[in-house]
Amino acid sequence: MEEFQIVDNCLMVRLPEEVDHHKAAYISAGADRMLLQEQVQHVVFDFEDTRFMDSSGIGIIMGRYKKIACFGGRVFAIHADRQIRRILTISGISKIVEIV
Amino acid sequence: MTVKQGSAAVCGKRNRDAAKGGERNEMELCFDAVSSNESFARVAVAAFVSHLDPTLEELADIKTAVSEAVTNAIIHGYENFYGYGRHGELRPAYLTVHPGKVRIRCVLEGGVLHIEVSDRGKGIEDIDRAMEPLFTTRPELERSGMGFAFMEAFMDDLEVESEPGRGTTVRMSKKMDAGAWIDSEE
Repeated sequence: MEEFQIVDNCLMVRLPEEVDHHKAAYISAGADRMLLQEQVQHVVFDFEDTRFMDSSGIGIIMGRYKKIACFGGRVFAIHADRQIRRILTISGISKIVEIV
Repeated sequence: MTVKQGSAAVCGKRNRDAAKGGERNEMELCFDAVSSNESFARVAVAAFVSHLDPTLEELADIKTAVSEAVTNAIIHGYENFYGYGRHGELRPAYLTVHPGKVRIRCVLEGGVLHIEVSDRGKGIEDIDRAMEPLFTTRPELERSGMGFAFMEAFMDDLEVESEPGRGTTVRMSKKMDAGAWIDSEE
């Protein structure tokens, strides 16, 4: 699947255009499946296509962080536009996500 | 079990050109409490205010706040939450979809947008607790517990009224004239 890709020791998650509760379970389940299959260390969330996100997106990131943090994994956000950055900052999750 | 795509009824959108200052404009939506209607709800509210030429930030704020309120009504009020099966198909986490409607009422008056999202679901036991950031009654859903915090952050005003067993009404408002602070933000 295109949405989940392994690059080196990172899992790249390409998020859809709209990240809400409707899509969240699918993204979380897919990412977790990959995390179990491949022994990756870090997770990278790619917001390239994302134009909308609500607190469900924060839940996705927090959930993945909890799964990899104990093994020294880090979570990154790339291609986040201004609105997505705002959401990441207001929620306080920018403390654990490295926005690149 | 099939998930019914909500039958959305749109009624009474009038005074299409209610200008920023004066006229009053009101609309009401009523739709099934299923997760596929979340995007419909926020886009509908955004479209309702589009003639005011809102900034992208204002639109995004409104959409996020509506999305939070509607999602809360669906997953907490009516307990309709969804997961994905082995083959990636969307299915309700419980075997039955609890029937219920979410109602949105929007009033534009004096350049202020008032949004009311209500459900007749199970209600909130402790509103103050529910409004605390990171508090959630359903940690297993891996949601952030930031719903009310986002509504507070993105709207000017937030009011929650709830009675256990009877339902919840969330009222929020936002002044539709944020050009000044957007410019000063960066």
